[in-house]
Amino acid sequence: MTDNLVTGTRKSLEVVSSAPQGDKLIRKFLREPAAVISLVFLALLAVVAMLAPLISSYDPTATRLADVLAPPFTSEHPLGADGVGRDVLANLVYGAQTSLSSAAIVIAVSLLIGVPTGLLAGYRQGWIDGVSMWISGALLSLPAIVVLLVVLARVGRSTSLALVVFGILIAPSVFLLIRGSVRAVREELYVDAARVSGLSDIRIMVRHILPVVITPTIIQAALLAGAGIGIEAGIAFLGLGSSDKASWGLMLNDASQNIFNAPWLLLWPSVALVLTVMACTLVGNGFRDALANYGSSAGRVKTVKAAKHPGSTPEPARPMEKAPVDPGDTLLVINDLRVSYPRPNGEKSDVVKGVSLRVERGQILGLVGESGSGKSQTAFSILGLLPGQADMTAGTLSFAGVDLLGMTPKERNRLRGARIGYIPQEPMSNLDPAFRIGSQLTEPMQHHLGISAKAAKDEALKLLARVGIPDPERVFRSYPHQVSGGMAQRVLIAGAVSCNPELLIADEPTTALDVTVQADVLDLIRSLQAERGMGVVLVTHNFGVVADLCDQVAVMRDGEIVEVAAVTDLFMNPREEYTRLLLDSALDSTSKTANHRPIDSGMTTETEGAR
Amino acid sequence: MLMFILRRLASGLVLMFVISTATFFLLNLTGQDPVRQVLGPVASAEQVEAKRQQLGLDEPLITQYFQWLGSAVHGDLGRSWFTNQPVGELLFQTLPPTLSMVIGSLILAAGFGTLIGVTAALRRGRLDRGLQVASTLVQAIPGFLVALVLALVFAVQLRMFPATGFTAFTNSPGKWLASITLPVVALALGSLASIALQVRGSMIDVMQQDFVRTLRSRGLPERSVVVKHALRSAAGPSLTTVSLMFIVAISSSVIIEKVFNIPGIGTQANNSASRGDLPVVLGIVLVTVVLVVVVNLLVDLAQGWINPKVRVS
Repeated sequence: MTDNLVTGTRKSLEVVSSAPQGDKLIRKFLREPAAVISLVFLALLAVVAMLAPLISSYDPTATRLADVLAPPFTSEHPLGADGVGRDVLANLVYGAQTSLSSAAIVIAVSLLIGVPTGLLAGYRQGWIDGVSMWISGALLSLPAIVVLLVVLARVGRSTSLALVVFGILIAPSVFLLIRGSVRAVREELYVDAARVSGLSDIRIMVRHILPVVITPTIIQAALLAGAGIGIEAGIAFLGLGSSDKASWGLMLNDASQNIFNAPWLLLWPSVALVLTVMACTLVGNGFRDALANYGSSAGRVKTVKAAKHPGSTPEPARPMEKAPVDPGDTLLVINDLRVSYPRPNGEKSDVVKGVSLRVERGQILGLVGESGSGKSQTAFSILGLLPGQADMTAGTLSFAGVDLLGMTPKERNRLRGARIGYIPQEPMSNLDPAFRIGSQLTEPMQHHLGISAKAAKDEALKLLARVGIPDPERVFRSYPHQVSGGMAQRVLIAGAVSCNPELLIADEPTTALDVTVQADVLDLIRSLQAERGMGVVLVTHNFGVVADLCDQVAVMRDGEIVEVAAVTDLFMNPREEYTRLLLDSALDSTSKTANHRPIDSGMTTETEGAR
Repeated sequence: MLMFILRRLASGLVLMFVISTATFFLLNLTGQDPVRQVLGPVASAEQVEAKRQQLGLDEPLITQYFQWLGSAVHGDLGRSWFTNQPVGELLFQTLPPTLSMVIGSLILAAGFGTLIGVTAALRRGRLDRGLQVASTLVQAIPGFLVALVLALVFAVQLRMFPATGFTAFTNSPGKWLASITLPVVALALGSLASIALQVRGSMIDVMQQDFVRTLRSRGLPERSVVVKHALRSAAGPSLTTVSLMFIVAISSSVIIEKVFNIPGIGTQANNSASRGDLPVVLGIVLVTVVLVVVVNLLVDLAQGWINPKVRVS
């Protein structure tokens, strides 16, 4: 039962940063049908518990020998009587009292301990944080029921004491939640501002931090209620609860002893227990979902359409627009490429709208445009690596005279790495952190070239030396986090060319790098291209890079190609107004900052389409 | 890496020391006279005094504590006040059934939980929603309730498994398996749901990361991308869940053992606690904490293997 709580803590923490308050949240909550039904159920249960004496005239703990295992559906015992002659209905409704009060005790104790300590540890940090983290870890590593046995061994049967102890044991789940929330908002600007303007810590906590943690605390309280009810039943089932109280756990204990001759006794307490605990969980989840949906309007994009496998066969091209596939020496032919993503409202948002391109063998094509112009989406379409929810169509998509559209995902996968290489934008996030750099280089080579591990290693070391890494042996043995960004990008370039591809797709290969390293990496790409005669599609927003490397340039805007020209023509004599605009701003910023970063620095982090 | 292990070990030892000390004083501070509890209400005052001396309870509490601690360090946990059996021996008798159940349930939960979580993360859609609804349901059902229903259906009605008792593996592997099947399933169900949800969540996160796309751009077979690479990164948080599940399983096994009448550590704990057999209770707490510390250490080691960054920090 505690598992749900701790994992719940983590989930709540994920949504806390977007915490809204008040009416809006409640309205969101009311749109979650399961949560609303659960809340109504719990309210009804509370009413039943309060009206228990009116519903049943029996004393739930009174035993009557004459009524032992009395059958259900009689006027005397509507739900029968148990193994010692106690009325089942009376126990059920009085048991609800016990369950709900157990939930209240557990919530009260764990909030009383968890909230203040969490606030303090999260806000003050330092040694207070260290000590309380250790204590919370220690408490979480104790099996709750074993501890309860120890406590009850000396004190005797007591439900309320057991629940208080359980509340203490489970308080870390509240503590961790509050602490995490506080740490998240502590760094927010308005807290800083409050601190600078001289507000006392206590006032900052009450005014700025407490409101943020209220919602996650409500979520946690709902989950705590479920855990409390569950543990009360467990204690009573073990025979450790107070003997003068009705309890669903006690009913289950009796049912288990009569499981051979009266199995129906199991039914009612089980149903009551499961429904109640589930209702608590659903109320908590409902609040959390309301929070999460509030946080991002696009949060549900992923679930709108069943995910299509990346690289799965695209829809058949419209025959009208199907241009004859070029044989001969043209490496890459794209006609009328379209990419769209489903919106939450069911409409489609087009990110690439009818792009047509050609790349000859040994030629470098620059694909230039602002963020969101669709250039990366075009690159991923060539690779067949669009996100699952993307919808791609094209009149023609052919590589070295082979129609890519007619290929199965497996066939496309055989091309990737072997004949089409890819250099990503951000070096550090594109290496698998769990594997050594060496194995990340040798695995594709062994797969595509069918060479031995030894041969692959030799080849990888040669490659690392070739891309300008001074100590290949050391880097081969290193993990990605042990090398610098520039080094990692060289490793990725080595990986991209390791199987001698005919086409290289480079997606902003220098954007994430230090200015000092950028020129070296460009030089490297150029020399590798010249050496191996690869065709290259170079995605960039940087006209400096274009002038440096490219033969041809395609300018993109809003998912469309604005202009395609040879690089000198484009610089000397741009035909389109937009191209001129881009060029002007590029020259502008290069003259000011002299760091080859045109248009604006805000473009350095690409967030195109649904990435 | 060695420092990492040593630090975890030291932290575990501190935890063992703190918990056993706290338990010792908790057991001795409050409540009834333990000797009276052992001998019952009819014993005379002289008998009580004699027993008190025999058990060494006439000494000051602090002396008793250091005596217990001294021998505990040497592996001697004292003797049961009731059966005079050495506590260590008692623990060795009762551990196998409990460990069979707990470890069996974790293997089952981790195996199927990973399988279901990965499938749900990759397929999404209806299967995924089904999993989420099912795990909410399963997590809401207390383990002992599952146990009772399983016992009712498979032991009482269908007679496929024994309803109660435990057969040691060394006596009969087949009967051993039959005797722990229902308890293991009852214990595993909740953990399975938690692990499946955790694996699903981390897999979805990892599959969206840049390096997975780059691995695909290298043309690696899908199985290598998912199983060798993505799952390894997703395993970190899931392993933490497994270690939490171990603690939950130890806790729940106390109740599950009662349902199936299995003579494990939980049953022993329950009996010893209710009749006030303090040395046995203390020994059980100690061995439980040792188990938790060992499992956490194993999980930490596994984390270090999965995530090389952990080894450095």
